[in-house]
Amino acid sequence: MNFIKFLLITFLYLAPVDIILAVEPDEVLTDLKLESRARDISANVRCVVCQNEPIDTSNSGVARDLRILIRERLLAGDSNKEVYKYLVDRYGNFILFKPPLTLSTAFLWFMPLLVFFLGVVILVGVLKKASPSNKSRFSNVSNDTKFSDSLENKKGKK
Amino acid sequence: MRRFVFLVPLALSLIIGTFSVWGLLNDRNPSEVPSALINRSIPKFNLSPLPGLRTPGFSRDNLLNLKKVSVINFFASWCLPCRAEHQSLIELSQNNEIVLAGINYKDINKDALDWLTELGNPYTYVGDDFSGRTGIDWGITGVPETFIVNRDGKVVHRFSGPLVGVKFKEFKELLTLELR
Amino acid sequence: MIPELGQFSLVLALLIAIAQSTLPIIGVTRENTIWINSAKYLALLQFFLVLIAFMALMRSYIVSDFTVTNVVNNSHSKKPLLYKIVGTWGNHEGSILLWVLILVSFGGALSLFGSNIPTRLRARVLSVQGWICVGFISFMLFTSNPFERTFPPPLNGNDLNPLLQDIGLAIHPPLLYVGYVGFSIVFSFAVAALMEGEVSSAWARWVRPWILIAWTSLSAGIALGAWWAYYELGWGGWWFWDPVENVSFMPWLVGTALLHSAIVTEKRGAFKAWTVLLAILTFSLSLLGTFIVRSGLLTSVHSFAVDPERGIYILILLAVSIGGSLLLFAYRAPSLESGGLFSPISRESGLLLNNLFLTTAAAIVLFGTLYPLFLEGITGEKISVGPPFFNISFTPIGLLLGSTMAIGPYLKWNRADLAGVLSRIKFLIFISLGVSLFVWYLKSSGPAFAIIGVGVSFWLFTSTFFEWMDRVRLFNKNYFNIFKRIKSQPRSANGMTIAHLGMSFIILGVVGSSAWKEEVISFVEKGSQLKVAGFLVTFEGVSIHQGPNYNSEKATLKVEKEGKFLENLYPERRLYLATGTSTTESAIRQSLAGDLYVTISEPANNKFKGKWVLRLIYEPLVNFIWLGASFLALGGIISITDRRYKIGRTFKYRRTKPINKVVGLDNF
Repeated sequence: MNFIKFLLITFLYLAPVDIILAVEPDEVLTDLKLESRARDISANVRCVVCQNEPIDTSNSGVARDLRILIRERLLAGDSNKEVYKYLVDRYGNFILFKPPLTLSTAFLWFMPLLVFFLGVVILVGVLKKASPSNKSRFSNVSNDTKFSDSLENKKGKK
Repeated sequence: MRRFVFLVPLALSLIIGTFSVWGLLNDRNPSEVPSALINRSIPKFNLSPLPGLRTPGFSRDNLLNLKKVSVINFFASWCLPCRAEHQSLIELSQNNEIVLAGINYKDINKDALDWLTELGNPYTYVGDDFSGRTGIDWGITGVPETFIVNRDGKVVHRFSGPLVGVKFKEFKELLTLELR
Repeated sequence: MIPELGQFSLVLALLIAIAQSTLPIIGVTRENTIWINSAKYLALLQFFLVLIAFMALMRSYIVSDFTVTNVVNNSHSKKPLLYKIVGTWGNHEGSILLWVLILVSFGGALSLFGSNIPTRLRARVLSVQGWICVGFISFMLFTSNPFERTFPPPLNGNDLNPLLQDIGLAIHPPLLYVGYVGFSIVFSFAVAALMEGEVSSAWARWVRPWILIAWTSLSAGIALGAWWAYYELGWGGWWFWDPVENVSFMPWLVGTALLHSAIVTEKRGAFKAWTVLLAILTFSLSLLGTFIVRSGLLTSVHSFAVDPERGIYILILLAVSIGGSLLLFAYRAPSLESGGLFSPISRESGLLLNNLFLTTAAAIVLFGTLYPLFLEGITGEKISVGPPFFNISFTPIGLLLGSTMAIGPYLKWNRADLAGVLSRIKFLIFISLGVSLFVWYLKSSGPAFAIIGVGVSFWLFTSTFFEWMDRVRLFNKNYFNIFKRIKSQPRSANGMTIAHLGMSFIILGVVGSSAWKEEVISFVEKGSQLKVAGFLVTFEGVSIHQGPNYNSEKATLKVEKEGKFLENLYPERRLYLATGTSTTESAIRQSLAGDLYVTISEPANNKFKGKWVLRLIYEPLVNFIWLGASFLALGGIISITDRRYKIGRTFKYRRTKPINKVVGLDNF
């Protein structure tokens, strides 16, 4: 607990008193293509001193340093991939909002499809079971009478 | 089989519950960034000394050539928790087996000099990281932050936040282990 | 004295809750009418006691009673009265008290307006509700007492987070809580039905208005939260897939699924176990949300002060309520007879498909939110799962849902003719494809999801509208009684149409504002001009103003388009004196085509001192999100007033007939 408290204190003092909003004009590159790549990257990089914010919208000093750094890398001719690698080398996968596909994130990335197909299988099963062609006794009328019968019973109980 | 299906929601909620219990009871900070440097060689850097200070600056090669266990401490005069841990650093500087090196992070020269004059200078080396670039190379998230580097120049531990109380004790224990 | 009165009422309320949680349910098994009937009065009494406590706390805030710790921590004597009042629930303790107040209000409302429900079922429902009350009132008294005193009282309070001094944020939590907590009564209905071992279509009709109330508030609450983030946080975003946002979104997704599956249970007597499960899950996810926000289990931009002790207490509450109800479900649900038969192409199947999409979406959000915790627990690795993951996995599901929900209302119960339906509206499919192609032509760079999204939105809008037109025979020769024909539709059907139209707007707004946002950032001095999306903006300088508890620097911006003056915008930067923190207040020129969103700030780099940083964002179509959300809420409200649910008609009945005869089956 104490540890957390100390961290909080640290961050409190690190946080600038003044709110500076995210990307500053002097950071912006004149090359529009590079600039838009820089924005894309910094929207996917987590600010390390904030709670849960990308460096793109963060106003902390470290976030600003990282934004400038990303632009320097891009100017030096790095590909997006190389820039991400540069950052991950220093801060680990934690700073990527889009976790790279590795053994430990495979389950995360395939889970949506897995859940969806599981759902489809269940859905098909339910539809088969409920299908009138499955059971010969089905007719609309009998079903309705059965339905209101049960309601009548309920009324009686009451 | 049919009955089993109806137990699935309960089973899933139990799994989530188990992880929640673990997440709460463990003394963990979800927003703490783990250091990516652990078990890796120290990053490249070359820092000039603080102008007006006798203590020399240092670089990666300096540290590697020493073949000694070193403690790298990021500090700044504008950081209040740094003041809290300064006494611990003075205590560490008494130990001749280690090299204590400070990196002055994003600080104004004069403020840093005043700070070291007022509180005492525990460092063997002090590098000036005005731009904060070396800080990024070390992957720091704030100041103070302290690294233990072993004789082979590998980063073995990282402490973020001031080295005081329980944390300083833990730090010293880990340091002693490295010195053995 | 008054804080003690509040505290005392809370303790009394806890005792009453304990009685409410036991007496009626024992009464049902012992056939003791007095005990059964006690539920109603206990629930009402409890409501008044909690109301007194809430009023007591609110009074402490209004008069700035700094002997109360909670007031000291979260208020300030110089704060405007309105924010003193809403400050009552702007903090952990107060918000839990509000939570409980809403909880007991639902119990009280069920006592007053639920006279069409059989007394035995109602007694059980109120008992279950009583258990939840016991849990939360004790949580409040033992871990987060809002009435704790402090001595000696400080001269002034510590103020409220200036970001929270905002009317949007003041009404957002109450709405959200009505949503979260409203599902508690649905949960209680489900548990009571499982205890009785019977889920009938009458049961589904009794819970439906409560589902609608909760769902409507939750929709409005989430939308308000997004709106607040949009205009207050200053970067023009409205959704960040932050854990706190996600945990409010999950109950909405599952609650929406519930809303639809309950229709099948009501009309066809089918999907009983599924509906009950969804009812339990919706409230469970609300509780999980409360837990995650208040325990500090995950990192989030917006959360309350973190305290693991509270986390453990809520976790125990969760274990008992969620674990217990799911255990009961596993035990009882297999014996619920699965209902009627239907063909694979039918309204039933359509609603089932809707449920598939919505629950998959909820599973993705739940899993993505908790995955970092899972992974840290198993391998110790720390990762972040953020917007990119959710956007990639959620968008396809959302678009599929949007395009299939357009057809659903055309399908008949039991057996439908899909080919017939499609041939009737195939021209809409072609037009929508055309719309997509046209958008592609305009925005050749995509992105693909946005091009498809606009088409889906158009398709959903037109086919929903055509279905409604068909139903009310809009172009029937007899023009004069068109209103009669609309009115003769069941309210719930009209509500459905409105809500579905709302969804088409939301899809359009989400797509437009996330895909085609334009942004310009620059240093400006007096007279500087900037251009964005056809607007010419002139910076005319900054003036200094004084607010009640802040100083503000207000910029004047002249906005012109094609040489014509449109209006002046006044973005602000405020410095709150008590806490020394500053905020940016954006200024927005709103229009349906898109918002011009402006903020000012001071340069970070001292080199540029004396200049200002001006940020212009153009957010196309963003207002469709808020418009769509209001349609959702409106649709919900209209559905609630459907005659079948007889909200507000019970009093009339009571006057004319003895209560016992009114069992809510008369319109069958």
